[in-house]
Amino acid sequence: MSENGKTPLLKRGFFTNPKVVPYIFIAPFLIFFLVIYLYPFITTILMSFQKIDGPNSVEFIGTKNYEKMFNRNFKQALMTTFRYAFWDVVVLTIVPLIFAVILNSGSVKFPSFFKSLYFIPALTSTIVVGIVFRLAFGTLETAPANRLLALFGQPAKDWLMFADTGNFVLILLTLWRWMGVNIIYYISGLQSIPSELYEAAKIDGANSVQQFFHISLPGIKPVLIYVITITVLGGFAMFTESVALWAQNNPGGVGRTIVGYMYLMGFYKNNMGMASAVGLVLLGLVLAVNLIQLFAMGFFKKED
Amino acid sequence: MKHSNRIDGKRQRVKTILATTLMFVTAALLMVPFYFMFLSSLKPGTEMLRNGLSLTFDPGVSSFKNYEALNTYRDGIYWQWYKSSLIIMVLQTIVGLVLSSMVGYGLAMYRFKGRNAVFTLVLILMMVPFEILLLPLYRMLIKFHLTDTYFGVILPYLVPPFMIFFFRQYVLSLPKELMEAARIDGCTDYGIFFRIMVPNMIPAFGAMTILSCMNSWNNLLWPLIVLNSNEKFTIPIGMGTTITPYGNAFDVLMPGAVMAVVPIIIVYLFAQKTFIAGLTSGSVKG
Repeated sequence: MSENGKTPLLKRGFFTNPKVVPYIFIAPFLIFFLVIYLYPFITTILMSFQKIDGPNSVEFIGTKNYEKMFNRNFKQALMTTFRYAFWDVVVLTIVPLIFAVILNSGSVKFPSFFKSLYFIPALTSTIVVGIVFRLAFGTLETAPANRLLALFGQPAKDWLMFADTGNFVLILLTLWRWMGVNIIYYISGLQSIPSELYEAAKIDGANSVQQFFHISLPGIKPVLIYVITITVLGGFAMFTESVALWAQNNPGGVGRTIVGYMYLMGFYKNNMGMASAVGLVLLGLVLAVNLIQLFAMGFFKKED
Repeated sequence: MKHSNRIDGKRQRVKTILATTLMFVTAALLMVPFYFMFLSSLKPGTEMLRNGLSLTFDPGVSSFKNYEALNTYRDGIYWQWYKSSLIIMVLQTIVGLVLSSMVGYGLAMYRFKGRNAVFTLVLILMMVPFEILLLPLYRMLIKFHLTDTYFGVILPYLVPPFMIFFFRQYVLSLPKELMEAARIDGCTDYGIFFRIMVPNMIPAFGAMTILSCMNSWNNLLWPLIVLNSNEKFTIPIGMGTTITPYGNAFDVLMPGAVMAVVPIIIVYLFAQKTFIAGLTSGSVKG
C-alpha cells in the first residue's frame, strides 16, 4: 500500500501509466485552450453576425455588421494601424540588428554592460513612460522636442495633433522600449553561428559588409523570422502606446488603432456585434500579413 | 609585415573607439526619459503645468515633497494601486511558470499521439492577437461573477503560449540522459520533473519570471476591462485616471511614475546576468 514510488515499473495506476503521463503534463494547456481561446473564438464569430442590445436581446442580422463597418472612423483606425505596423516592422527589425551586429563584433568595450542597459526601458510601463513622451512632444513652445526644433531654426510643431508626426512619436516610444529586447534575440542568434565561418570568409578576403550579408544574415534567419512575426503581431494589435499618448477617448481619432476602435465600439458604444466583426478583420489581417511574410522568408520550405 | 600589422591595430583601435562611442551615446539617449521623469518628480505640479518638461535642475523649487504627496493623495490610493499591481504580478507569474513549464516539458520530453498537433497549436496561438477575444471573455467573466476580481485579471494568462514555447525549446537543449538516469533510480515521471528537471531549468525560469513580471506590470487593456473599483486598479489604470482633460495631477503623476519603475529595475539589476543568459540560451533556435 505505502510502497508508492518504490516499484513504479510494476505497479502503475492511471496517473502513472506511461500512456497517460504525457497528456497529464499537457492537460493545463488543453483546458486553457478550450476555455480561453476556442470557446471565445467561436462566440466572437457568432457575435459578429448579431445585434446585441443586452444579454436577453440578441438578434441575428447576417452580414450587416461587416457591411456597415467600413465607415470613416474605421478607415482612419485602419490607416493608423497600417502606418504604425509598417514602420514598427521596418524600424524594429533593422535598428536592433545593426546594434546587435556591432555589439557582437568584438569592437565594443563592455558589450554586456550595454546589453543590460539597453534592456532597461523594456521594464517600464508604457502608460507611465508615455506620460513623459507626451509632455516631451507637447504643444508648449518649451516642450523639449520643440526646443530641439528651435535649435535648428524650425518652428514649433503640434506633434500629437497630426497622423504622421503622431506616428513618429509612437515609433520612437516603441523603439525606445523594445530595442533592447530585439538586440538580445539577435545576439543569441549571432552567437550560435560558428566562428570558423567568419575566419574562412576573412581568408577569402570578404569584408565585413560581405560577411554580414553572406554569413550573419542567413545564420540568424530563424531569429529574424521570430522577431518579424512577433513585431507584426505587436504592430497590428497595438493599443497601449496609443492610449499612453492620446488617452482613451480621443475625439479627433488621431492615433486610434483597430484595437482602440474595437474597444470604443464594444465598451463605449455598446455595440458588441460590430466590435466582434472588427476583431475578426484584425485577426484576418495579422494572419494574412504573417503568412505572406513567413512564405517570403521561406519558412515553409523544407530544409535543403 | 610588421608595418601592416601596426596599421591593422590602429584601424582596430579607431573602430573600437567609434563603436563604443556610438553605444555610449545611444545608452545616454535611452536614459533621457528617466532623467525627465526624475527631475520632474521633484518639481511642484504648478511648475510642470507652466513650463512642462525640462532638463534643468532647479534647486529653488525642487524637493522630495511630492513623494510624501503619494501617501496623502486621495487617502493614499496610489499604494492601493501598487498593492493590486503586485498581487496580480505575483499570482500571474507563479501560476504561469508552473503550468507552462509542465506543458513545455511534456511537449519536449515525450513522444505521444497528437504531440505535433498540440505544438502547432501553440505556435498558431502565438500569432493570434489576443485582443480580439476580450469581449467574449468579458461576457464569460460576467456569467461566472468574476468581474472586478484579481482572478479574472489573470485568467487569460494562466498558461501563456509563448512561455510553453520557450520552456519546450529550453528542455530540448537539456541532455536526455538526465531523465533516463532518474528513471533507473525509480523516480515517477512527476518526481523526475519536479526534483530533477526543474532544478536544471532555473535559467529558463529566471528569464520567464522577468518577462512575465514585465507583461503583468505593464498590462493595461484587460485589467481596465475587468476591474472597476478604484482600490483594485493597477498602476497603469490608476495613473491613467490622474490624467484628465481638466489638467493632470503632476504632483502625483511624476513621483508615482518613478516609484513604479524603481522596484522592477532593482530586481532586474540583481538578476540581469541570469536573465540575459536564460533568454539567450533557450530562446528562438529552430
